[in-house]
Amino acid sequence: MKFSNAWLREWVNPDLTAQQLADQITMAGLEVDAVEPVAGAFSGVVVGEIVACEQHPDADKLRVCKVKGHPEGEMQVVCGAPNARTGIKIPFALVGAKLPGDFKIKKAKLRGVESFGMLCAQTELELGDDNDGIWELPEDAVTGTDLREYLQLDDSTIEVDLTPNRSDCLGVAGIAREVGVLNRCEVTPPVIEAVAPVIDDSLQVSLLAEDACPRYVGRVIRNINIDAETPLWMQERLRRSGVRSIDPVVDVTNYVLLELGQPMHAFDLAKLSGGIKVRMAEQGEKLTLLDEQEVELKADTLLIADEKGPLAIAGIMGGLDSSVTKATNDIFLESAFFSPLAIAGKARSYGLHTDSSHRFERGVDYRLQEKAIERATQLLLEIVGGEPGPVHLREVTEAMPAERNITLRRQRVSGGLGIEMSDAEIVEIVTRLGLEKIAEDSEGWTFLVPSFRFDIAIESDLLEELARVYGYNRIPSVALKASLDIVPRAEANVAQSRLEQTLLSRGYQEAITFSFIDRDASAKFDPEVEPVALQNPISAELSVMRTTLMPGLVKALQYNLNRQQDRLRLFETGLRFVPGNEGGALQQERMLAGLIYGTRQPEGWTGSKDLVDFYDIKADVEALLSHFEAEGEFTFVPARHSALHPGQCAELQRNGKPVGVLGALHPELQKAYDLPKGAFLFELSLDGLGQAVIPAFIPLSKFPEVRRDLAILADVETPVGQLAESAVSAAGEFLTDFNIFDVYQGKGIDFNRKSVAMGLTFQHPSRTLNDEEINAAVQAVVSELEQKYNASLR
Amino acid sequence: MQELQSLTEQALALVEKAGDLAALDQVRVDYLGKKGQITALLKGLGKLSAEERPAAGAKINEAKQQVQDAINARRTAMEKAAIEEKLAKETIDVTLPGRGEDHGSMHPITRTLRRIEEIFQRLGFSVEQGPEVEGDYYNFEALNIPAHHPARAMHDTFYIDPSTVLRTHTSSVQIRTMEKTNPPLRIICPGRVYRCDSDVTHSPMFHQVEGLVIDEGVSFAHLKGCIDQFLKAFFEADVPVRFRPSYFPFTEPSAEADIQCTNCGGEGCRVCSGTGWLEILGCGMVHPNVFASCDIDSEKYSGFAFGLGVERMAMLRYGVNDLRLFFDNDLRFLKQF
Repeated sequence: MKFSNAWLREWVNPDLTAQQLADQITMAGLEVDAVEPVAGAFSGVVVGEIVACEQHPDADKLRVCKVKGHPEGEMQVVCGAPNARTGIKIPFALVGAKLPGDFKIKKAKLRGVESFGMLCAQTELELGDDNDGIWELPEDAVTGTDLREYLQLDDSTIEVDLTPNRSDCLGVAGIAREVGVLNRCEVTPPVIEAVAPVIDDSLQVSLLAEDACPRYVGRVIRNINIDAETPLWMQERLRRSGVRSIDPVVDVTNYVLLELGQPMHAFDLAKLSGGIKVRMAEQGEKLTLLDEQEVELKADTLLIADEKGPLAIAGIMGGLDSSVTKATNDIFLESAFFSPLAIAGKARSYGLHTDSSHRFERGVDYRLQEKAIERATQLLLEIVGGEPGPVHLREVTEAMPAERNITLRRQRVSGGLGIEMSDAEIVEIVTRLGLEKIAEDSEGWTFLVPSFRFDIAIESDLLEELARVYGYNRIPSVALKASLDIVPRAEANVAQSRLEQTLLSRGYQEAITFSFIDRDASAKFDPEVEPVALQNPISAELSVMRTTLMPGLVKALQYNLNRQQDRLRLFETGLRFVPGNEGGALQQERMLAGLIYGTRQPEGWTGSKDLVDFYDIKADVEALLSHFEAEGEFTFVPARHSALHPGQCAELQRNGKPVGVLGALHPELQKAYDLPKGAFLFELSLDGLGQAVIPAFIPLSKFPEVRRDLAILADVETPVGQLAESAVSAAGEFLTDFNIFDVYQGKGIDFNRKSVAMGLTFQHPSRTLNDEEINAAVQAVVSELEQKYNASLR
Repeated sequence: MQELQSLTEQALALVEKAGDLAALDQVRVDYLGKKGQITALLKGLGKLSAEERPAAGAKINEAKQQVQDAINARRTAMEKAAIEEKLAKETIDVTLPGRGEDHGSMHPITRTLRRIEEIFQRLGFSVEQGPEVEGDYYNFEALNIPAHHPARAMHDTFYIDPSTVLRTHTSSVQIRTMEKTNPPLRIICPGRVYRCDSDVTHSPMFHQVEGLVIDEGVSFAHLKGCIDQFLKAFFEADVPVRFRPSYFPFTEPSAEADIQCTNCGGEGCRVCSGTGWLEILGCGMVHPNVFASCDIDSEKYSGFAFGLGVERMAMLRYGVNDLRLFFDNDLRFLKQF
């Protein structure tokens, strides 16, 4: 909502500058976006009058004018405007004038003819969009008057960004009411008197969708002069409110809209057949709108129609065929109340947003219609003349919004806001806001809510009004008080931040990538899953919800490679979105994913240039798992994943249940993303990892431990993990430690065999183990491995 | 006894001259050893009278001790010199960088989130999470934003289907928490949120922290106190905070909190569009309709909620000047935090 400060001041005039007023209403909840001068900065421009106008002797397009308006008398001005002619009044920039853009007017010679000043177009003064020649001012403008004074340009436009609840302020009247309350000063609206009808003509109006339109006021005005000019003062007010002047009828309806907040519409009476029907559209009916687009109407759309068909989309936009044109003689004025629910969302569904729909969907005062039509009639008669008919009101009382009473309890003011306010102050604020006190008792008051405040429905709404007018910043700031209850904390929970810290200390950077990704990327990484798609994505690259965090990390890798960063360690935490099987519920799973790329160590004087491989990322995952202190429960199982190398991919399981994957990025994806080297990734389910095992103390043995090393030959394909698992279980209860310290393939052993060196440590809790016991345990391991894996001692 | 004197001097001179441990030991053997020359003098004591013997014996032992001390001192000096020589050879360039992995860092958004969480956790707020693909009910209906409410237009919602959206705020977690937990409640809900808007100052995905306090006797003054203290704690400065009336369907009264521009200190600059203030969060007292949808008695309980944009907080705190940097994941950016 944009309005002129000077216009507002006619209604209410507290002793504040425009900026102070803007600050004041901002702090009361009407946020001012801008306070701007209504015209460009210029000086030395007066109302001029062309008293003579002749063709320039040497230029076809130039004219030599004699112009009045300079204090010293007539001046000669060379002018190129096609409409320059004797008798018109125009803005005349005198020699020495300054125009917007710091443009100085000097004496000049144009093709040999002297020129003293310049005749101006609207655009040259930043006073409008009209650039077709010089600006023709009204005939009654007094020649020689300073233009700024004549147009009252020492004014500013105030633009308020209203929240959707404050539809009552979508008019100067509403803003004035607010300013009156805030400054406790009187508001003087313009006098609006009923215009007596001079003809009997009226139009039958049928309200066929009474919930959507319970109230409709119409009036016929005949014999108007559509060629009349909208007075400059009105054009200027419209302009300062950001509205273009169209023709006097439209200008008047727009003026009333800005002044009172009531959207109106004028039909060309000659184009209407029979009475007005306010009804719902039939699906598929067609209407060409004022903006010349033809729309196919939907059944949920409220229409203004006549016997032949749709005339306008109610409260949103008029139709082209029934609109007022240069040929119009008689008009039918509409001033109606459309229910917010009937209008909300409808304009948007046709791709429209109009000043009218903006107001109706937020709520227009449902008692304002007669006043608005009288105001419009009064203004129209002044401008275009004509013979008004009677005001014709149709109202379905039962369908009208119910009047609301609100009880405000005194105790709630102090309890809810934390301030003490006197009864007198409370009542004064509320009544100045337009509510009417209808009852009072020891507890508080009951108020009647006015028809323009759609947002006041409950006691809390009144508390807000009081707080707003009292001033939010005058309310004290008080620290919270609460009881200090001790909340249970599970020690077994592994905080996400601990996992993150581990990754940080292993050189990872945290990344945050978009949760929506390219559909193609999704298909490449996770072809079996149809991802959840957005109905209205920003772009194709951000159109489906990720089913894995890997594509985002690989994309970030690619982004960095393109910027000469060739060693990366990234991780991300966040949800992945996996649709359930056969209509099952969408799984929104918290994941932790990581990616490593480039050299194993940062470039440095000691480092090798070795590239990372599977065992680097596995070590990182193992470091994460160490937080769970459940070593035996986690296993890495060879697996397949469409985004990972089939021979370098493991599934992480906890107690046999999959909780994540890790491996080398599939060479095809590596190629698709143009990555010169291999990337390695992991992705773990944070919830799947589960809880940590709380340590249970085992007494320390005082007796010596004994270590035996074994070198075993086994087939190349036999996973060392399985050998180790079997060895550990065969070694018996006194095995206290086990590790693999060498794996060898090559010279000296059969080409399809590998040597695996394992260290076994034995210890008894309460005595020294003897050789026979240890030998037996080692022998059990060897036999088990021989039997199960065809292994042999090297 | 003159002999003793000269032998001692000879021995001491040889100790002084000894070039290595072997030479030193030779001196010991030659003078103090079983067959050493000074030791030999002891054998001559028998020739002396019983009266003279003790004094002469003491003299000889004193001389032996003197030589032994000199040998010991000389040995210690030699060993020390040897160690020093060895150490000197082992000297390395300590100005060269250390070996091993660099330390990574958290994303500035997470860093900011954690900081906010920490401040509130000290006050006994718990951290709650919720789904990001959210039902219309939790994102809108239960928050007093029915279908076709004009406020929905402010949200630029991403739709999955007509009744499922990407949450436009973390306020949805409020509802989920109120449904399962009885008051009193003190929670914050950090997380990703989504709006269908993308330009220099809007990202289709960003982060919010929603806060909620419900208890008996909570007033607007408490809301102000909580927000004011939080903002001062976050910025580690006595930054002026102001509250403006605003509108959110799920709070009444509603407010927008501004801090004095951290860039210009309130003078007015490009960062604050000349106003001297920066909009920092929205807040308000929980709307009775919201309580009603979660079966909480609004006559008994009252509460407040607030929601703040994490990107904005991070930008102000660390001086980041372009929103898009947060999601490019450029290493050169990430490593700055």
